[in-house]
Amino acid sequence: MGLEINTAKKTSIKLSSKVPQGKLSDKWTTHKSRIRLVSPANKRNIDIIVVGTGLAGGSAAATLAELGYNVKAFCFQDSARRAHSIAAQGGINAAKNYVGDGDSVYRLFYDTIKGGDYRSREANVYRLAEVSSNIIDQCVAQGVPFARDYGGLLDNRSFGGVQVSRTFYAKGQTGQQLQLGCYSALNRQIARGKVKMYSRHEMMDLVLINGKARGIIARDLVTGQLQRHGAHAVVIASGGYGNVFYLSTNAMGSNVSAGWKIYKKGAFFANPCFTQIHPTCIPVSGTYQSKLTLMSESLRNDGRIWVPKSIQDAKMIRENQLAPTDVPEEQRDYFLERRYPAFGNLVPRDVASRAAKERCDAGYGVNITGDAVFLDFHSAIKRYGKEQAHLTGLDETNPEIYMDLGRKVIKSKYGNLFQMYEKIVDQNPYYTPMKIYPAVHYTMGGVWVDYNLMTTIDGCFCIGEANFSDHGANRLGASALMQGLADGYFVLPYTIGDYLADDIRTGPISTDTKEFEEAEDQIKTQIDRFIKQKGSKSVDYFHKTLGRIIWDFCGMSRNEKGLKGAVQKIRNLREDFYKNVSVPGTSEQYNEELAKACRVADFLELGELMAIDALNRTESCGGHFREESQTKQGEALRDDENFMYVAAWEHTGDLQNPLLHKEELKFQEIEVKSRSYK
Amino acid sequence: MKIKLKIWRQEDSKSKGRFVRYALDSITPEMSFLEMLDVLNEQLISSGDIPVAFDHDCREGICGTCSLFINGRAHGPDRLVTTCQLHMRRFNDGDTIVIEPFRSKAFPVIKDLVVDRSSFDRIQQSGGYISINTSGNTQDANAIAIPKADADRSFEAATCIGCGACVAACKNASAMLFVSAKVSQYALLPQGKVEAKNRVKNMVAQMDLEGFGNCSNTGACEIECPKGISLENIARMNREYLFG
Repeated sequence: MGLEINTAKKTSIKLSSKVPQGKLSDKWTTHKSRIRLVSPANKRNIDIIVVGTGLAGGSAAATLAELGYNVKAFCFQDSARRAHSIAAQGGINAAKNYVGDGDSVYRLFYDTIKGGDYRSREANVYRLAEVSSNIIDQCVAQGVPFARDYGGLLDNRSFGGVQVSRTFYAKGQTGQQLQLGCYSALNRQIARGKVKMYSRHEMMDLVLINGKARGIIARDLVTGQLQRHGAHAVVIASGGYGNVFYLSTNAMGSNVSAGWKIYKKGAFFANPCFTQIHPTCIPVSGTYQSKLTLMSESLRNDGRIWVPKSIQDAKMIRENQLAPTDVPEEQRDYFLERRYPAFGNLVPRDVASRAAKERCDAGYGVNITGDAVFLDFHSAIKRYGKEQAHLTGLDETNPEIYMDLGRKVIKSKYGNLFQMYEKIVDQNPYYTPMKIYPAVHYTMGGVWVDYNLMTTIDGCFCIGEANFSDHGANRLGASALMQGLADGYFVLPYTIGDYLADDIRTGPISTDTKEFEEAEDQIKTQIDRFIKQKGSKSVDYFHKTLGRIIWDFCGMSRNEKGLKGAVQKIRNLREDFYKNVSVPGTSEQYNEELAKACRVADFLELGELMAIDALNRTESCGGHFREESQTKQGEALRDDENFMYVAAWEHTGDLQNPLLHKEELKFQEIEVKSRSYK
Repeated sequence: MKIKLKIWRQEDSKSKGRFVRYALDSITPEMSFLEMLDVLNEQLISSGDIPVAFDHDCREGICGTCSLFINGRAHGPDRLVTTCQLHMRRFNDGDTIVIEPFRSKAFPVIKDLVVDRSSFDRIQQSGGYISINTSGNTQDANAIAIPKADADRSFEAATCIGCGACVAACKNASAMLFVSAKVSQYALLPQGKVEAKNRVKNMVAQMDLEGFGNCSNTGACEIECPKGISLENIARMNREYLFG
């Protein structure tokens, strides 16, 4: 049924990772000093398009403009500041070792590789760890108000999967503060006239001229007008594709379209099945639900995850006959602490999520749907409270006094998260444990890029969550912000120069060519089709149905039968979509349904590739758990002999038959071990 | 729950708008306010009508995209939440809810409940930044110790999400709370002090140019601000402006 994996006979020359020679720790420095530069006088004759204004795109656009290039930046949001990086909560990692707990560039590198289950490219990850410190310096200089201690220096906390405290934070809204930092840098360049900002614009396609990326077609979401924009290089920084699941922690508008359009123009798409299900989100409560809300991983520093030991207690809790606070200590199963004593509640996200699913599937879930576990702060409130009582000379034995003090400490650390939880769930987590369940949060897979962050299309670069490069099969907490800013501030602005050095005599790119015309016509045809077809089902219907298929068969655990069925279901759904979708209104006006239809059309294609990729990878690694590949204890079983590679898929013109290319992963300075957090 | 709605519909920036009534009868208290509007839009689409346009994105109260003037209040009846964090349990069965866009000369309507807030971007572009390049050649992040109290106050000011509720709530459509939050964030940090005088001058000038009104100290902005940005910031901005 067309489900044989189509594997390339020999390694494509396009798939050269271009990792420089030499010692791992010297590669980036050497590379930077050897690649070609573009002189300031020539930079002003070169145009670059950046799609997306989150941490990666915003920082790249600002930095490229500072360097002297002419930048056009695009975002679909009404302001560059609102890109979804803004919603990141917990923090950003950097190997500063301010705490003095033995952290180093090597350790950050090692933790990231191990956390990614040895499925990321060693040299890229080392570079990420190397530039991490600089990010913090840069952000402080920009006026990002990180948390500080009483001595006035920066404070750190710890995150999952590591044994040091290297996470910098700004309460529970580190993402917003970093995002506003790069937005301010972007604004400065807009004011200088070096960046032209196009908000409420969506990239509709990439335009290639003689095999090189030379511009995009954009759609003004307010007027519906299609526009041609030429440039010498195009940078895609459009974020992850988690919204393929419909329900996720992503913003409603987050989409895969920019990445998908370039895939269909020749960029390889890598490891699409590597998606991250975050363990601590507010559980689903009904079918009308549009969105899932993350409760930051930082909460696992102080919250303990449990379900009742007795299945009877779990049932009574679900039926509201037993309050969780009335379950005695010895009747609670702190299952992460039980299974993983070394890391306890701070195991990486994939491990924590699967453990929660295992308990719920076994019947121990604690909310009405049976899909929830507790995240309990009682122990932490007590511990902090006693500490405070002792320090201030109050009665350490009086629970009323110390619990009150403890709640104040918890409030100072997580106040906004607790408030957010209370508003959504209508329960007070200072007094009763939170209920949480895993939800889709991040996608490690994405557009394949080489060491220079260039895709397999010349002149088309891809940065941040949109690319595949640094997190392997699982991302550690507080590393997404680090990667976005590393790519945008410190990597791409150097590496893009090497490519553009050939373009100093090219002159402006004309959009008055047949390539632009063809691309524009194609989009017009698709849009007209949506508008003219008076179907009977809404775009959301298709999106929700797709999301359910992917969640059920390509979510936290996957098997061959389910995946094969999913591929077929997605194909049928796609057919139905093109026959029966209803898009009201016209194309020459603000039309959110039309914008959504264009995005869902791409998700319907991506979903199939995800399932095919998951089908191909018969091992379990990181966020990808194949039921056929597990140990007797139910832990993920990796297969290094057969799968130590990046699966890079090439579009062949036939969506059902993508071509698999393999980038073999070689580890020079790290010993590949089985990943244990026991 | 049964809910009646009175919603502002306006085809585009040039058309005249009007209120249109709708009725919904399958609303549950756990739904968010925006999910209630999703339900309405599903109904409109299935009956061949044009859905109501409204701005929203993160739906967790941080991106600042959602707006809405609900029963005469920016972001609805609750304090310290955005519209996307408002839930239907806050309303009663049979209630009529009036929904309008954020109204201000500087926020023209694009369609229905969607407004153009790019004036906020232009104010930021006029000086809401620290002029350093992103070269990475800055000094170590811990080279300057910043008193925790200052860092915390700077952070509090920086929590502004730029939604525009302050403008919508103000009878003068003043943007003073928004601008002063940005001015304060930087003025409280040693890194931001260098340009503080020019910054406040330029940002205030742009604010006036955009057509925002003046502050007459009613404090409505502080009450309606979903992030609880304090009026103190306006006082600080005035001080910075006068001494600048």
